[in-house]
Amino acid sequence: MMTNPGNRLTQGQFSFLPDLTDAQITAQIKYALKQGWAIGIEYTDDPHPRNTYWEMFGMPMFDLKDPAGILMEINNCRKTFPNHYVRVTAFDSSQGWETPRMSYIVNRPKKEPGFGLVRQEVDGRQVRYTIHSYATDSPESERY
Amino acid sequence: MSMGEESQPAGPKDLSDDTRVDLEAEFNDSHVKEVLDTLDRELIGLRPVKTRIREIAALLLVDRLRRRYALTAGAPTLHMSFTGNPGTGKTTVALRMAEILHRLGYVREGHLIAVTRDDLVGQYIGHTAPKTKEVIKKAMGGVLFVDEAYYLYKPENERDYGQESIEILLQIMENNRDDLVVILAGYKDKMERFFASNPGMRSRIAHHVDFPDYSALELMAIAKLMLAEQNYGFSPAGEKAFADYIPLRMKLGHFANARSIRNALDRARLRQANRLFAGKHRSLTKRDLMTIEAEDVLASRVFGEGVPDTDPAH
Repeated sequence: MMTNPGNRLTQGQFSFLPDLTDAQITAQIKYALKQGWAIGIEYTDDPHPRNTYWEMFGMPMFDLKDPAGILMEINNCRKTFPNHYVRVTAFDSSQGWETPRMSYIVNRPKKEPGFGLVRQEVDGRQVRYTIHSYATDSPESERY
Repeated sequence: MSMGEESQPAGPKDLSDDTRVDLEAEFNDSHVKEVLDTLDRELIGLRPVKTRIREIAALLLVDRLRRRYALTAGAPTLHMSFTGNPGTGKTTVALRMAEILHRLGYVREGHLIAVTRDDLVGQYIGHTAPKTKEVIKKAMGGVLFVDEAYYLYKPENERDYGQESIEILLQIMENNRDDLVVILAGYKDKMERFFASNPGMRSRIAHHVDFPDYSALELMAIAKLMLAEQNYGFSPAGEKAFADYIPLRMKLGHFANARSIRNALDRARLRQANRLFAGKHRSLTKRDLMTIEAEDVLASRVFGEGVPDTDPAH
């Protein structure tokens, strides 16, 4: 995958940029809180793009006024899972259901092996393609 | 300014020792005067409390000026304990405090989260920590007001989860001093006992503010203020009757200062409405609707039987 030499996972907002600093994360959270969105912290060690539902780290946080509390939780999550992907998602409930409005990665493993291309030969010599994360070859929680 | 200083880039750190900054301008800038003025206007009495608030405001203001000269002195600890009898205005002052701290830039949002033991302490093992932390997260950027804080500590039950909540609070009060201000409130004697058994809590609280009871005259002023807020007023006779009522009520049990006054006024309004309704002439003026008469006050059982109206035993 020479288009993405560091094999950095590019999911969610800001993922093509260098990692956000805490000050930048705080500013983003502040924006979300100002919009009245609830904020959840999630983690996973399965980076496959179709792995939509990550594990929640604690409950989503409602009715907060200040980003400090969320940053505290992010840091707790980083401490607990230093080598997992951690993302922050902001949910908007103004339509009557919770819609993710923002989602960005705030922690990633030190070494990201990336994805390999898998070819599957099926009926009539047709070839089906899929991607496979090298990391998921090992069992959960031993991946990074 | 010497030559050496001139060559440095201009910035807040380069004010020389003799450069003047204007405390007056800074004071006007912070708009804290308005809050202090409303405090004076709307809160009757409470001398020691107002003095302490002024001191805190002055400290924060001077701190802001010192920062101009790059005279750093870590953020002052502003956790407080408010002690006093019921109805002496602890919650009201806490609300104002949040606003003052916000205007002076000490807290970022300036909201007040008022909680009691129920909001902090869980019901089973492992329930307390998330519950307390959730409340703390909500209060960040503002003021966390723990009412009747002494309930957190129940010495008679050593497995009580309150202790866990206290420990989390202590940790946050120490580590997140920039993020929130904790105000513990409660009755004086019970808070004394609470602090005696939690020395860590006492030492982390910089300001112990004691709310004195109101005098009869102050209570009268409070009553007038409360009525004016709701667009009511005493007739001259009504005012005299209420002035007689206050000392009588103060002598009875369960007297809760301003709160008792508010309840008495609510009942007077009830009687006034009843009187107007029962009255013969149904065409009323605006003044009739606004005025509390002597009979509305004198009908209270405090006068006849010498018991508070709310006392269910009688």
